Amino acid sequence: MADIPSHIPSRIPSRIPVRRTYKLYVGGAFPRSESGRSYPVTSSAGVHLANAALASRKDVRDAVVAARKAFPGWSGRTAYNRGQILYRIAEMMEGRRAQFAEEVAAAEGVGAGRAQAIVSAAVDRWVYYAGWADKFGQVLGGANPVSGPYFNLSEPDPTGVVGVFAPPGSPLLGLVSVLAPVITAGNTAVLVASERAPLPAVTLAEALATSDLPAGVANILTGRLAELAPPLAGHADVNALDLTGAGGLAAELEALAATTLKRVLRPGQDDWADPDPGLSRIRPFVETKTVWHPIGR
Amino acid sequence: MEIFEYAPAPESRSIVSIRPSYDLFIDGEFVEAKSGERIVTVNPADEEPLAEVAAAGEADVERAFAAARRAFERVWSPLPGAERGKYLFRIARIIQERARELAVLESLDNGKPIKETRDVDLPLVAAHFFYHAGWADKLAHAGLASTRPLGVAAQVIPWNFPLMMLAWKVAPALATGNTVVLKPAETTPLTALAFAEICQEADLPPGVVNIVTGAGDTGRAVVAHPDADKVAFTGSTEVGKQIARAVAGTGRRLTLELGGKGANIVYEDAALDQAVEGIVSGIFFNQGHVCCAGSRLLVQESIAEELLARLRARIERLRLGDPLDKNTDIGAINSAAQLARIRELAAAGEAEGATGWSPSCPIPERGYWFPPTVFTGVTQAHRIAREEIFGPVLSVLTFRTPEEAVVKANNTPYGLSAGVWTEKGSLMLWTASRLRAGVVWSNTFNVFDPASPFGGYKESGYGREGGRHGLEAYLG
Repeated sequence: MADIPSHIPSRIPSRIPVRRTYKLYVGGAFPRSESGRSYPVTSSAGVHLANAALASRKDVRDAVVAARKAFPGWSGRTAYNRGQILYRIAEMMEGRRAQFAEEVAAAEGVGAGRAQAIVSAAVDRWVYYAGWADKFGQVLGGANPVSGPYFNLSEPDPTGVVGVFAPPGSPLLGLVSVLAPVITAGNTAVLVASERAPLPAVTLAEALATSDLPAGVANILTGRLAELAPPLAGHADVNALDLTGAGGLAAELEALAATTLKRVLRPGQDDWADPDPGLSRIRPFVETKTVWHPIGR
Repeated sequence: MEIFEYAPAPESRSIVSIRPSYDLFIDGEFVEAKSGERIVTVNPADEEPLAEVAAAGEADVERAFAAARRAFERVWSPLPGAERGKYLFRIARIIQERARELAVLESLDNGKPIKETRDVDLPLVAAHFFYHAGWADKLAHAGLASTRPLGVAAQVIPWNFPLMMLAWKVAPALATGNTVVLKPAETTPLTALAFAEICQEADLPPGVVNIVTGAGDTGRAVVAHPDADKVAFTGSTEVGKQIARAVAGTGRRLTLELGGKGANIVYEDAALDQAVEGIVSGIFFNQGHVCCAGSRLLVQESIAEELLARLRARIERLRLGDPLDKNTDIGAINSAAQLARIRELAAAGEAEGATGWSPSCPIPERGYWFPPTVFTGVTQAHRIAREEIFGPVLSVLTFRTPEEAVVKANNTPYGLSAGVWTEKGSLMLWTASRLRAGVVWSNTFNVFDPASPFGGYKESGYGREGGRHGLEAYLG
């Protein structure tokens, strides 16, 4: 055995940590971008954190296919069952609290206490929408007193596949606040995460994947907004867009949406800290279906 | 023709450990009753005692109300709705986790088949808490006059769905920010006491839920307590009227879910086999111990003979016996007193000229049992067509026209439920729109959901439980 200088072993770490690979979440699986690309993600202070997948327009199309495939099953579930699953997401997030808090602190440059509060609010947001799943129908729908012998009932029906642009400045709480209402209503989603701070979105995807949420209900892409947004907004099989995080592209995307008359939720004044956003983010993503039936013998 | 005989398939009792004796649940703890009185609850399937429970006296009820008032003022009403909701979600989850144990316990104490406690009662109990948990922070969106809780709710529940009735009372009360003093039925206190343990396991703040066991005197003390802001009662119309009299002039809010004599109308175009299943579940579900049971079958004359033949053939296949056997369809009658009431009314049916029929099923030697029974030749004047039997006894009447069906269906002081069987949607809606009943099932019967309001017209009570509408009973 060769002589080893006595100071060297003390420098060898007892264990090398295993680093995570941050991937896309499409159809319940975690693929890399089909393009094979990634991009470096840094903290708010500019420190390198990880490489995230740089999704392509092909990834957008794959995600829309997955969302469409999941739509009949998800929208066909009972509202109660959807609520149970959304609540399960809250449970799974609670279990990964430390990881979320660390990523939020790095992404937003906030202290540990503030990061914990943001994670708590994000968990509570799932609980909030879990409660809405089997209630918004009764609030938004109802019998219509038409002048004639007809039973006439209106009820909300999910719009379909919704493209969601998550707010760039609130990579966890803002993300949950836009994704949860869309799937609560029975839609399926293709979500573009915060370009600068995508890591909490990928961690959320890992919580979603262990929450009994059927594959394809939520699909999460990381990458360049300018590259992903136009193919998503222009995709003929997307039924609605949430442009909250679209920034300066919003007007252009709304014009693209017009081609197939997608429903559009424009960017607004959002206060992610508001614990009771009501139906403001469910109403835009449901159709009203009215059923007539004669009454007579 | 018997092709295969069923082998016994008993659910194990070992999942449940029943203590020999239970105290009252007040202010988060089990405490001895000051009254010193005890009652015994028995297994109606074999008449063996299951446990002894305290019978709360006035001083005990006083203590429970004091705890509920304290909890209301100091903890529960100031707590943000979202946090109240989390306690209810916790309770829902624990009920889901302990569902099998609670189902067995319910079957032991009540006598109903395990297949019903396991597949109906317990899932609905958990769902009721889950559903109402979600309302706790959304009351402003319910479109009701107020979002403020009333205070302390006095709640008295019956023995036919012990834990489910508890859920229907406790979940909306807590979600809206009220605290409760609840009295379970004298003959079925055990799942309510198990629920008390669940409240402890969920770390529910002490005093939010108080459970005082006992008989009629305890119930009277609970509903008459001057510190109750709200009285909620499910039970007989007779007792409901006494409570309404007692509450009159006090300004206290009152909801009542009382008896029924539901009409199950079968038109000649109905899918007959499907209707037969609905008639069977309408009257024999839970041994007919169901306030919304379809206890009057109104069948169109042209198909009466055919339908009754199929109905009898189906009833011959029902299995009566051990409630814990997974193949049992009809369990035990809950108590000797209820069995006596059913026997008395069935005898009155024969005496007044109707013809009773029961299948040739063996009746166990011990316990309280009554075979499924169908009376034909019933007129609207017969007691078995007018009075709630609350047992597995079906009264069959016929009609010729839809108008006649509606008149007969509405010819009752009750108005809780009704059924309509037809393949013609317009006729179904025509009939439903004319029925004076709070719940109308079409081509189905006895289905329940926390999102769906339940309650009666006329002497079946007032107020609704479940859905957005049910919240109103606890806000003001």
